[in-house]
Amino acid sequence: MGKSNRRGDGGGRQLNAVAGNGLVDRRALLGRGAALAGAMTAGIGTGLTSAAAEPLTDEPWSLETGAVTPPLQTPSRFEKHVVRTLSNPDNEFRNSHARTPHHLLNGSVTPNSLHFSINHSGLPDIDPEKHRLAIHGLVKQPMVYTLEALSRYPMVSQMAFLECGGNSAPMFSPQPFQATAQALHGLVSCAEWTGVRLSTLLEETGIDPKAKWIIAEGADSHALSRSVPMKKALDDAMIALYQNGERLMPGNGYPMRLLLPGYEGNMNVKFLRRLKLVEEPAMSMYEGRTYSQILPGGKAYRFYFLQEVKSFITHPSFGHSLKGPGFYEVSGVAYSGTGRIAKVLVSADAGKSWAEAALQAPVLPKAFTRFRMPWRWDGQPVVLQSRAWDEAGNVQPTRAEFVALRGETKAPPPILGFPNQHFNSITSWRVESSGEIKHVYA
Amino acid sequence: MSTLEARYALALLLALPSTAAFAEAPGPGTPGFGKPVSEADIAAWDISVMPDGTGLPAGSGTAVQGARVYAEKCSACHGDNGRNPAAAGAGPMVSGPIAGIDGPKTIGSFYGYSTIVFDFVRRAMPYNMPRTLTSDEVYAVTAYLLSINKIIGETDVMNAQTLPKVKMPNRDNFIIRFPDRI
Repeated sequence: MGKSNRRGDGGGRQLNAVAGNGLVDRRALLGRGAALAGAMTAGIGTGLTSAAAEPLTDEPWSLETGAVTPPLQTPSRFEKHVVRTLSNPDNEFRNSHARTPHHLLNGSVTPNSLHFSINHSGLPDIDPEKHRLAIHGLVKQPMVYTLEALSRYPMVSQMAFLECGGNSAPMFSPQPFQATAQALHGLVSCAEWTGVRLSTLLEETGIDPKAKWIIAEGADSHALSRSVPMKKALDDAMIALYQNGERLMPGNGYPMRLLLPGYEGNMNVKFLRRLKLVEEPAMSMYEGRTYSQILPGGKAYRFYFLQEVKSFITHPSFGHSLKGPGFYEVSGVAYSGTGRIAKVLVSADAGKSWAEAALQAPVLPKAFTRFRMPWRWDGQPVVLQSRAWDEAGNVQPTRAEFVALRGETKAPPPILGFPNQHFNSITSWRVESSGEIKHVYA
Repeated sequence: MSTLEARYALALLLALPSTAAFAEAPGPGTPGFGKPVSEADIAAWDISVMPDGTGLPAGSGTAVQGARVYAEKCSACHGDNGRNPAAAGAGPMVSGPIAGIDGPKTIGSFYGYSTIVFDFVRRAMPYNMPRTLTSDEVYAVTAYLLSINKIIGETDVMNAQTLPKVKMPNRDNFIIRFPDRI
């Protein structure tokens, strides 16, 4: 975009705003530097900085040999603030969470060090040589697999988001929490997973036709256990061994986990050590209690499975501060447990008018899709929103629509808790004239 | 049984007629790197308890016995008599009815099956010493928790036959969200 930094260049072309409060046609982003430059300089309140750059000089790091190349690289010391936030840093006798800092990341892949993680009984220190996966129950022949054995099977790689059923639960609060996208939506991440299709292993054990469910269990001290329908097991379930090219992180299930693309995070059992084919679900604690959702009438949903279509704006969002009027890119992530994202609309006027965002290719099923929307802010207060559709035609609800069906808590819940789950409504960020950003319900 | 004897036992097991079934089991072209194992050799891991009672072990207990186990091994986190839990992650074991979408989700107010209590206590509790309770202790603690929720009496004996027959108050209040995905 070097061109667009030169004042006045390319200003001959004007793009009309496509929705209220300065949203610019997304085609301005599609590699058309000149068009973008036009968009930036057109109309009122261009706000481009006109001060000239300082003369350039060599800094000390350009005049000395740098540090040795390390075997395992970590981010620059200037990026130390880009970390997960913790729910239980002192490892008290309870579960512990770490949330992904979406407001500090970009793109569609979550780095492994920043992938969200929830552990109900801490992180087991598993020796991969001694780990075993047993498949038994309604099979023709029960089998045991070592990690080494599984590593010799044909593998597949798949980009998939993983989302805790309790992600975004703070938005059940009757008042909006003033909190970052990390605090509100940090229990979702996206990675490329590589491993063996479960169907490949089940072909080897044989399946008794009576089997309708698989109980999956981890090697953690909770022996965390969930029931998975055979339908999903034979569709796209994977025994994942690698995460973004390297072995799974301990917090994400090392040395192997069940991956059920698009399904509630807790069902993607980590530290996987046992799969039992059965006729009926086990009604384990996490399906019979924790991840069953109470509805306003007092009944409860069980076996929600799906993480439904959702999006949220990461840039700009709470915790950022806009530096005066002018051009900004509004961007965020969209995903659906049903399949691909079909479109994302963005509004800068609290939903009165909408414009279609550009979707970053490739748009993959059950994975993060980064959306981008050029925006020229005139300095007045605005409310930014995103709304996603998936290829099956499911649409992300407004908060009012969501709450009408699913209710809200009477008082603000603990921001780290999951008072209820499967919250997927629109998130609204109000940009004040000062450039500060608030979380609002709009 | 010595290791050598165990090996012979396994070899014998594999030599039995089930071997024929195994020979047919792997599909054509599967790599076949899994090692066959008997259900008996998985038994130590196979702790799943089903709502119909499948998987419940031998043993029994009452609430009276369970109160002693609870006081010794559970109350430090979950609070005396299941109330006022001391640990942040340990919810109360007793509560009033569901008052909103955030619960409370306790045994009496929410659980659809008594086996959830047994299964979870056996696999995951006490938090820092999981799978150290005897089957009698798990039955007794389960009976105690059901009793303080006024679902069974203090002297009702819980075992593999009686526990799955306990009707939980909230059992019929669940809706399967996506039945077409089952």
